[in-house]
Amino acid sequence: MVAASALGRLTDDQRAIRDAVRTLARERVAPRAAEIDRSAEFPEDLRVLLAEQGILGLPFPERHGGLGADLLTVCLAIEALSAACATTGLILAVQVLGALPLLLAGSEEQLGRFVPALASGRDLVAFALTEADAGSDAAAIRTRAVRDGETYVISGTKRFISHGSVASLVTVFAVTDPEADRHRRISAFVVETASPGFTVSRLEHKMGIRGSPTAELAFDEVRVPAANLLGAEGDGFGLAMRTLDRSRPGIAAQAVGIAQGALDVAAAYAGQRRQFGKVIGEFQLVQGLLADMDARTEAARQLLYTACEEIERGAPDAGRWSALCKLVAGDAAMAVTTDAVQVLGGYGYLDDFPVERMMRDAKITQLYEGTQQIQRLVIARALLAHKP
Amino acid sequence: MRIVVLVKPVPDPGEERLGDDGRLDRSVTAVINGNDEYVLEAALKLVEAHGGDVTLLSMAPAGVTDPIRKALAMGATRAVLVSDPTLAGACSWSTTQVLAAALRTLEYDLVLAGADTSDGGGGIVAAGVATLLALPYLSHARRIEPLDGGVRVERLSAAGHDVLEATLPAVVVGTQLLGEPRYPSLRGIMGARAKEIAVRTLAEIGLADRPVGGAHATTALRATRQPAPRGSGRVVRDLDPVAAASAIVDFLVERRAI
Repeated sequence: MVAASALGRLTDDQRAIRDAVRTLARERVAPRAAEIDRSAEFPEDLRVLLAEQGILGLPFPERHGGLGADLLTVCLAIEALSAACATTGLILAVQVLGALPLLLAGSEEQLGRFVPALASGRDLVAFALTEADAGSDAAAIRTRAVRDGETYVISGTKRFISHGSVASLVTVFAVTDPEADRHRRISAFVVETASPGFTVSRLEHKMGIRGSPTAELAFDEVRVPAANLLGAEGDGFGLAMRTLDRSRPGIAAQAVGIAQGALDVAAAYAGQRRQFGKVIGEFQLVQGLLADMDARTEAARQLLYTACEEIERGAPDAGRWSALCKLVAGDAAMAVTTDAVQVLGGYGYLDDFPVERMMRDAKITQLYEGTQQIQRLVIARALLAHKP
Repeated sequence: MRIVVLVKPVPDPGEERLGDDGRLDRSVTAVINGNDEYVLEAALKLVEAHGGDVTLLSMAPAGVTDPIRKALAMGATRAVLVSDPTLAGACSWSTTQVLAAALRTLEYDLVLAGADTSDGGGGIVAAGVATLLALPYLSHARRIEPLDGGVRVERLSAAGHDVLEATLPAVVVGTQLLGEPRYPSLRGIMGARAKEIAVRTLAEIGLADRPVGGAHATTALRATRQPAPRGSGRVVRDLDPVAAASAIVDFLVERRAI
């Protein structure tokens, strides 16, 4: 990255990348968004587009074929895509989430083996921590990995796994030592979905991000080479938490993008829709809605950018920054999209306009990668850990 | 094959406005002229398939580098920007002389240009450049292929297309039928920053003290008028389809459209 630009906090490269992704989002992604939502089909064409344009290569090191972008740049891309289509923004966000354990704990040999196909966008990677009975309480997972010579045998079921049915690789968290301390029971593995015993046992029907497949994954004695263990046995829980510290800003970016997309639609509509002889944007009650939407969106965006900078510079309270930005951005997206529907009135409730889709899409940003309640726990714990 | 593509930064279409002096206000966001992006795409495909490099040649104010960077991000190798304060307000004839003089300082096999620009719209500069340099001129290309020491072009005609061949170097003016321009990849964008944009003054291309530029414009813009706003269309709301159809037919017959 080059030095900060005189035009603000973004570097020239960051502005150029954001503008390029925005153009692509407006011209190629936005026209597909309604159909992706309606059909609930994964937009393979847009995955190919993101791969060809190098967007999926952003988070990966240059030495393995990526672009070596910093966290803020990745988030700028997710934001720009999500303003047009939250499902498409999520393609990049999930690629980041799935790859982070590998990027954080992978050996050079593991990076060389797995990263090039991810950086080129040929392969997608999913992140499999959550289980039916272990969501917020992630340490309670039951999927087992048992060492057998040079392999581990993985058995269990994962649920709510984004891209689980379209990924070639899944980062799987499994219990390797049931007797160990609660946070040392778990280890992380890179699992190839072509492995015998791996099946997609269910696809969920969802309120929003409908083009993004959310899968239940069944592992029936899936044999994984011991060489696919990330870090050491027992490192899994800590690795999952460090992953979420860096991935939650991606969800905040998705939320900011959704909010901006809804604000843009609402503002344009308010400038055209006439009632009582004038455009509704001239009514102060509508102006108030629009101004609050803008303030919430911009505040969330600036917090997100600050969080990215803090996390990137290795701030000791990275987890707090990450939780702060997702908490604020997720709530902003929900409020702003709800108000956008309000500005459009009855038309906003129809799928003829994109705001009802955006409102449905916004909800997930308050739920996944830790509910808003979990974000508050993370923040409060960071506060209380500071002894005077 | 060494290809020079003539590219012009123009005001973002739809944002054009005139300054008080009657000239185009070039302080608004500039983009590469749309037609030029199509010939740039053709040039990039030619060098990807047959080797060589692509040089962008542009005449523009020195600060207007964003659109040129974007063209570099699409994959051009380098750019030459002729920039001189005296060129503000240059007419097509001045522009033609400047681009021809700049081309005399470059090595190339092929010069590609778009059909016309979205701001001036004269569509004569490339033909003038070919004339000044005494080069073959092939226009309205919908397809360009290299030959040994030459170039073959399919030129659109009223009846279909003509096949033209010329020796190199030559000037080819393309159409949008050459194919959609690519989006710059993020790798291209990050790489473009390191590419050279060589800024040349009039003196550096051998035109010092020559009668080119705004002060020597051979044409002057006297007035510009906005087209009258279009009236609202007539909407036929008759629910009876036969009555509605005959109302539309009457309307078209009235205007001798059918």
